[in-house]
Amino acid sequence: MDILVCVRRVPDTSENEIELNAEGNDIERDELVYSVNEPDNYAVEEALQIRDRVGGSVTVVTVGGEEDEEVLRRELAMGANQAVMISDDAFSGSDGRGIATILKHFVQKGHYDLILTGVQADDGAGQIGGMLAAMLDYPYASLVNSITVEEDKLRVSREVEGGNKEINEIEMPCVLSIQTGINEPRYVGMRGIRQVASVPIATLTAADLGIDPATVGERVAKVTRIDYFVPALGQGAEMLHGGRDENAEKVLELIGAKGGAK
Amino acid sequence: MPRIFAYIQHRAGVVDDSATDLLAAAKQIDANLAPTAILSGFGADLDAACTSLRSIFGEIWKLSNQVLAHPNAELVRQALMAILPRNGILLVAHDHFGIDLSPGLSIKLNCAFVPDVLAINRIEGNSVELVRQEYGGQVSVHVRCDISAGGVINIRPGAFKTEQISAAPAVIVDKSPEVGVLTTRRRYVETIVAEAGDVDITKHNVLISVGRGIQEEDNIVFAKELAEVLGAAVSCSRPVVDAKWMEKSRQVGSSGKTVKPKVYLACGISGAFQHLAGIKGNPFIIAINKNPKAPIFQVANIGVVDDILEFLPVLIEKARESRRLAA
Repeated sequence: MDILVCVRRVPDTSENEIELNAEGNDIERDELVYSVNEPDNYAVEEALQIRDRVGGSVTVVTVGGEEDEEVLRRELAMGANQAVMISDDAFSGSDGRGIATILKHFVQKGHYDLILTGVQADDGAGQIGGMLAAMLDYPYASLVNSITVEEDKLRVSREVEGGNKEINEIEMPCVLSIQTGINEPRYVGMRGIRQVASVPIATLTAADLGIDPATVGERVAKVTRIDYFVPALGQGAEMLHGGRDENAEKVLELIGAKGGAK
Repeated sequence: MPRIFAYIQHRAGVVDDSATDLLAAAKQIDANLAPTAILSGFGADLDAACTSLRSIFGEIWKLSNQVLAHPNAELVRQALMAILPRNGILLVAHDHFGIDLSPGLSIKLNCAFVPDVLAINRIEGNSVELVRQEYGGQVSVHVRCDISAGGVINIRPGAFKTEQISAAPAVIVDKSPEVGVLTTRRRYVETIVAEAGDVDITKHNVLISVGRGIQEEDNIVFAKELAEVLGAAVSCSRPVVDAKWMEKSRQVGSSGKTVKPKVYLACGISGAFQHLAGIKGNPFIIAINKNPKAPIFQVANIGVVDDILEFLPVLIEKARESRRLAA
C-alpha cells in the first residue's frame, strides 16, 4: 500500500507559552520552539506500521519553506521512504482551501492508496483532510483512532462522544484524519536524524505541479486572520501568592471546605 | 443578508443540545431573522425531532431517507449539496459530526469554511468577522471570512449564550424528493460503547486531575497518593491517555467522561475547551500550573502558579499531617 502523510511544523505548545507580540497582530514568535504537529506524528507512525504489516511505501509531504525541512528529516528518520517539500512564493497566505488545492495537485501527480493527515494543528482548523478528500472525490473519515486493513478496504474507528468508537468501512483510495493516541510514535534521536542528513528531499514548485498561482495564496483566500488578542478575563481565578507551603495549606483547606472533607 | 441555515443533529427523536447554540449563533448574525433548521434521518425519530423544533426555528427542512438513519457525514454532505441554495450560510455544531461533514461540504459548495467559532461579531457586505481560538485557547484570533459565495461555519458547542425564543409554529418542508439517490464508499458498521474502567470518575466528589504537566508516567503516583489521603479519585486530560499512562475511562472531556465533582483539582492541565467540556455541575476548580497564562486560570476559582512536581509532594505531606492530627 502506498501511503501519503501530510505533515506540518508548528510552534510546540508543550515547550512554549504562547503570547501576543507587541503589535497584537500575531503571536510572539521570537525564541519559539517548533516541532512537528503532534497529531501528524501519530499519522506518520500509523502509516509506517501499516506499511510494515502489508508492504508498500510511506511518503511525507509538507507545504512550507526551508525552515520546515527539519520535520521532513525527522519523518525520514522515523522510517518514511521519501519526503517531499512543496514550496513557492505564490503559496504565501493560502487559507485551508489553498493548501488543500496545492496538495490535490501533488496527489494527482502520484498514486496513493491512503492519505493521512493529523486531526488538527494547534494553530490550525482540522480542515485539510476533509477538503482534500472532497477535491479528489475520495471518501473521508475524521478523528480516526484505529485502522485495520481488509483486502481492498479499511476498517476504521472514529472517536465520537464519551470515548465511544464509531466503526466504519471505507474504500480506498481514501483520506483519513488521525487522532492522537492511535499508537505510540517511535522515538527519534539526534543520531537517527543525522543518519538521514544526506537523504535528498525533493522540492516542488507551483510550476512543477501545474498549479495556477491565481488559484492559491493570499489574494484568493476566503478566510484570513485579522489580529490576535487575549480576551478580557471574566472573573478569572483568585491567585494564591503565598509560598509553596502556605499555598498548599490553603488548597487543602479549600478542598475540605468545598468537597466535604473525608 | 444571506439566508441562514442550521444543520441540527438528533438521536432517538431528541434534538442535540447544540440546536440552541446554533440558534444563538444565527441570532448573532441577525437578531430579527428566523433561521431555517435542516434535519436528516428517517422515520418516526426524524419526525419527532422536526416537530420539537417548530416553536424556535422559522422553517424546518426535513431530509428523510433510509440510508440517513445513522448520520454518516459522507451521505449527509451529498444530501445537503442537493438542497442548499448557493450563497447561504450553514451553521453546524463543531463536534465529531461537524468536523467530519463541514470541510468537504465547503469545497463541494465552493464557499468559505471556518471551524470552531466562538463568536460572530458582524457582517459587513460580503464579509463576516468571527472569533476563534488557537494554541489550546492561549490566544484568540479575529478571522475575516468572505461569504460572497456563502459559508459553512462550525460553532463551538456552549460558546454562545442562548436565550429562550419562541416563534410562530414553523412549517416543516419535506425536501427528501430533491435529494435523489445517495451512495457512499464509507459504510457505517456499528458504534462500540466505551468500556467502564476500574474507577468511575463520574461518581466522585473530589477529583485530582492530571495533565501534560505530570511529564512522566512515574509521576502519576503523586496524584494517586494525594487521592488516597483525601479519599478522592484520579482523573486526567487527553495527553495522559494518549501517552498510555492512564486508562481512557479516566479521561475528562468531550471525547472522555463528563464529570460533576464538588472539587476539581486541575494539576498541570492547560484547560483546552475539549477538556473543560467534560466538567459540569459548576464544581470548585483549583488549578495548579506553572504557566501563568494557562487558559485553565480563566475558569478556575483558585489558581496557583507552580510546578505540580514540586507542589504535589508538599500538598501530600500537608494532607497526611492534617489527617494524623485529626486521628
